Amino acid sequence: MPTRPNRSFRSVLAAAVLALAATVAAAPATHAEEAKQQYFPLATFRVGAYASSGIPVWAGTIDYFRYINEVEGGINGVKLFWDECETEWEVEKGVECYERVKAGRDGSPVPLFLPHGDPISKALTEKSVADKIPLVTTGYGRTEAIDGRVFPYSFTVLFSFWSEASSVVNYIAEIEGGKDKLKGLKIATVYHDSPYGKETQTPLAFLAEKYGFEDIQIPVPHPGNEQSAQWAKIRQLKPDYVFLRGWGVMTPVAIKTAAKTGFPVDHVIGGIWSGSEEDVRPAGAVGKGYKAITPFPAGADFEILKKIKAEILDKGLSDLKDPKSFGSVYYNSGVIEAIIAVEAIRTAQGKFGNRPITGEEGQWGLEHLKLDDARLKEIGAEGLVQPLELSIKDHEGGGAGKVIQWNGEGWDIVSNGWVKSDRDLLLPLIYERAAAYAKEKGITPRSSDSAAN
Amino acid sequence: MPMSSLAAAVSVPAPVLLPLHRTSTGLVTGLGLLAVAVLAGLAVDDYWFNAILIPFLIMALAGLGLNLLTGYAGQASLGTGAFMAVGAYATYNLLLRLPGLPLPFALVGGGLFAAAAGVLFGLPSLRIKGFYLTASTLAAQFLLPWAFNQYGWFSNYTTSGSISAPRLEFAGLDLSTPQGRYFVTLAAVAVLTWLSINLVRSQAGLAFMAVRDMDTAAAVAGVPIARTKLTAFAVSSFVIGVAGALWAFAYLGTVDSRSFDLDRSFTVLFIVIIGGMGSIAGAFVGSAFVILLPILISNVATTFFAGAVDAGQLENLQKILFGALIVVLLIKEPAGLAALFAKFRRRLATWPLRP
Repeated sequence: MPTRPNRSFRSVLAAAVLALAATVAAAPATHAEEAKQQYFPLATFRVGAYASSGIPVWAGTIDYFRYINEVEGGINGVKLFWDECETEWEVEKGVECYERVKAGRDGSPVPLFLPHGDPISKALTEKSVADKIPLVTTGYGRTEAIDGRVFPYSFTVLFSFWSEASSVVNYIAEIEGGKDKLKGLKIATVYHDSPYGKETQTPLAFLAEKYGFEDIQIPVPHPGNEQSAQWAKIRQLKPDYVFLRGWGVMTPVAIKTAAKTGFPVDHVIGGIWSGSEEDVRPAGAVGKGYKAITPFPAGADFEILKKIKAEILDKGLSDLKDPKSFGSVYYNSGVIEAIIAVEAIRTAQGKFGNRPITGEEGQWGLEHLKLDDARLKEIGAEGLVQPLELSIKDHEGGGAGKVIQWNGEGWDIVSNGWVKSDRDLLLPLIYERAAAYAKEKGITPRSSDSAAN
Repeated sequence: MPMSSLAAAVSVPAPVLLPLHRTSTGLVTGLGLLAVAVLAGLAVDDYWFNAILIPFLIMALAGLGLNLLTGYAGQASLGTGAFMAVGAYATYNLLLRLPGLPLPFALVGGGLFAAAAGVLFGLPSLRIKGFYLTASTLAAQFLLPWAFNQYGWFSNYTTSGSISAPRLEFAGLDLSTPQGRYFVTLAAVAVLTWLSINLVRSQAGLAFMAVRDMDTAAAVAGVPIARTKLTAFAVSSFVIGVAGALWAFAYLGTVDSRSFDLDRSFTVLFIVIIGGMGSIAGAFVGSAFVILLPILISNVATTFFAGAVDAGQLENLQKILFGALIVVLLIKEPAGLAALFAKFRRRLATWPLRP
């Protein structure tokens, strides 16, 4: 039987090739030469359950990076280069990606990391402190991480879940005609029954007591493709508004079931992750009038989007497969994240010099990031990105969202500009929770004065 | 009970009946592997600890736990994720509520709570078998993580509902570094593997296999069926519970109940099937295949094909490749990788002078 030994020889060979490939692949590529370009790893999810929402996000980010490289010649002359690592939105894969990229590439360090996934960001909280790499989470992530004294490398930039809840309450006050009109209203929160879904319970209970509205909490078990019982309960309780904190398939099902049970869809206000085209299109015609709060306003009329269209999309350089998604909530969220990342690097360059920035320098850049109206106008992001000012004590910086309404084809902005949250009311509570976390973990909080360095 | 009648009820030759020199070869191999693992712990960088070695060892341990139940005692289970969750949440609460409790005791405590949960959800195994039994363990899979999410007490009322590792230290050593967490994992895996090897060679292990192969015959031979099945559930869940605690604290650092969903149970089941039912080594090679091969494929793909192939397509191609590898493997050797390696070793022993 001459073929037999041959076959085992082949398996030895195959094993050897695999082992060699493993060594090659895992060996960090380091170059002694001084890096001239800024590395920026992207943790993407192009396959898996959430791919349809992820793909336009990377397109937005990559298109803005290409715009910076092609049109502006990089950040102060330092061009960006990036690679992708697939997480499938799974925490283990996200951790693996982070570990794979954290040492940088071709001698260029990682200035900051976008985990893109709430569980991933939580699993990286402590690792990022050890590695000195800032984690930037926009519209998700730990609310307590606003306190940068306890969470030095976690940045819940833009809009935390607590701010989301408070902004929705303030928007309801806006349409009712003042915060004093909140008294006696019934606001029901229909939430995804997961740690994410429960995050707004504490601030809503607090605000209900403060303003005198009735806070009703109705859970929907994952994945939420059947909600008759929940909406029957809503019909019975007759709330004035429903705050919908969905995720994935739960949102379109909620809109459809609301319409079926006769609850007015324009009195349903979705949360950050219930407010995209992908969330409302599957609901069909009944979705018309549905509202959502978002830090990522949709639309292609912003100055920077017009520039990206002219310089990147029209020249065939875009990462976007489906041009319909241009200006969508998810595409714009990718652009917004990229703007924040680029501006943080630019701020850090202002102190450390025009060269690739390390994670530690990225932290300084983020904590001194200031995007006021004038700067946003220069970028062309006025109205797209809310004014932001970060510090050691405030890793959120903004805390406002815009309310968008579905007109059957696209989103219209219906709130009066950015709806601010009651951050002065909520911050003391957040600091209290951060302090409790510090105590449980034995962390000595940084002093907020050391910002002077 | 007479040994011969028990052995007669077992269809596979039990390792205990092997000649002595084979056992010592196994011991030498085991110690050799352990030495390599310890040396690796001194030589490799963070990526290897956090992304490769720690998850590989923990999932191998979970696979080992399930293998004791399914591979050795023949009781099917889809509740692995739930028992991992019990181990994680129990260890967290022990460390939180009993300050000063040394880490190893907390891990053992977490394992004991998981064992109790295993016995509870294993009770239906006294009446039902096979596919029907998976329904009972599936109930555990849905009920327990739901309860941990539902009742804030389990996660000490954190805003996010997730639990995070308390300070990892033992005997004055800070074990929260990647290396420290690796050695905690390695120590737990080594001890539990050694205990498992001894268990399956003992009277209890033979009873497991007798029940698996034919419980009526085993009962006739005098094996106490109910006690054996519940012991299998307890021991298996203990090992799985420790794996869950390590997953939460030594690997991810922060978890919530979603980390232990049905997907986790399936992953462990695949590890057992691909590695080899009823094989200790199978859990390790199965874990290497299921956990590490996709990482290897992904690393190779990014190194050689990034930019050349569309990023989304590249990810899908990797999935196809991994799936194809599983199909090829199971066609070539339905009994799993461990059987393939054993065959290979036998062939190598006589090579090139083969009959």
